[in-house]
Amino acid sequence: MFLWIIQRDLLLAMRRRSDVLTTLFFFIIVVSLFPLGVGPEMSMLRTMAPGVVWVAALLASMLSLGRMFASDHLDGTLEQMLLSPQSLPMLVLGKALAHWLVTGVPLVLMAPVLGIQFDLPGDALGVLTASLLLGTPVLSLIGAIGAALTLGLRGGGVLVSLLVLPLYIPVLIFGAGAVEASAAGLGAGAHMSLLGAFLLASLVLAPWTAAVSLRISME
Amino acid sequence: MLQGSDLECVRGDRRLFRDVNFSLEAGGLMQVQGPNGSGKTSLLRMLCGLAIPAHGRILWGGAEIRSLGGDYYGAMTYLGHLGGVKDDLTAIENLRISSALGGVEIDEHKAHEALQHMGLGGRELLPAKVLSQGQRRRVTLARLLVCGTILWILDEPLTALDTAAVKLMQGLMERHLEHGGMIVMTTHQEIEITAAATQRLQLA
Repeated sequence: MFLWIIQRDLLLAMRRRSDVLTTLFFFIIVVSLFPLGVGPEMSMLRTMAPGVVWVAALLASMLSLGRMFASDHLDGTLEQMLLSPQSLPMLVLGKALAHWLVTGVPLVLMAPVLGIQFDLPGDALGVLTASLLLGTPVLSLIGAIGAALTLGLRGGGVLVSLLVLPLYIPVLIFGAGAVEASAAGLGAGAHMSLLGAFLLASLVLAPWTAAVSLRISME
Repeated sequence: MLQGSDLECVRGDRRLFRDVNFSLEAGGLMQVQGPNGSGKTSLLRMLCGLAIPAHGRILWGGAEIRSLGGDYYGAMTYLGHLGGVKDDLTAIENLRISSALGGVEIDEHKAHEALQHMGLGGRELLPAKVLSQGQRRRVTLARLLVCGTILWILDEPLTALDTAAVKLMQGLMERHLEHGGMIVMTTHQEIEITAAATQRLQLA
């Protein structure tokens, strides 16, 4: 069942490639604007790179949250999901995972290329990519809660950013911090462990919370 | 057996209905009637567990449907106003995915047969967005052929259907009732369904 949902959402994303590409291009453009705006000061670019890439990743991931449940809500599929004998948190987990595969993974793959614009050294690029790999699924999972809570509300898009962005802060701090720590020679281990802990905690808690929110929103 | 006692529905500060009581046995059909805005859809959403009644209890086999959760959902199929048909998926993908959501996984062959039965032969591989309203409705209704549940809760199932499809649905529902199924439905169309026990629930 879990696989059915993932397969379905990936299929839908394949049929609507423009949605996927907008998120990715948004990420690329936002990250690329900084070197252009700040100027070619190498040391400054290197310092700000992790923060810029991470903030752009947060915004890009949030940009596509509205679609996570909204289209299913409009055509009635969501009702059928709530009435499914399968467990709703599992369905939500499947949807969040599909969201990550569609929006998160392209960001992770793109990050090393964008990092070069900021003159990041090789090992920092590696740490940046690894931190995004651990952090972006957390963004999709936490985002699922926000998307579920704002379902069917007018102006839900703005509201979801107010709800979700504060929750993204820890991920941002430790994600960007990992790269800075490794650049400072401290090693990124501690930051990575914390990101891993966030991932595990949100894997357990977020689907359940989002499922409860969906039931409330649909009443 | 599906039972409702003292059901009350409140929307905002308006009470749509109160003191609704019914009991539906195997093989029974219940037609919910009433003018627009009298709370038919609200009642049906309560019966399937999407909405909580302001007052009263809904029992399935003697237990509250809320406490049954998945066990109840596995025995019930609800088809609402919104068909749950995805524009970007083909008819066959729509049917397979929606029935998998309902807990029954079917292969391509079975989905093909069901769609053929609903008069969609030759259109299984078209994306749903190019189908007409009536054809989309048929895709939704094809789920009833494969779901294997006891209780059907149908909200205006005949909307947008042509006379041939209405006949088809009539036969499908009669067969379901003969085999001990139960149906709760609303419709504004005239349809004669022979059932062991037919009751009409009038909402003011």
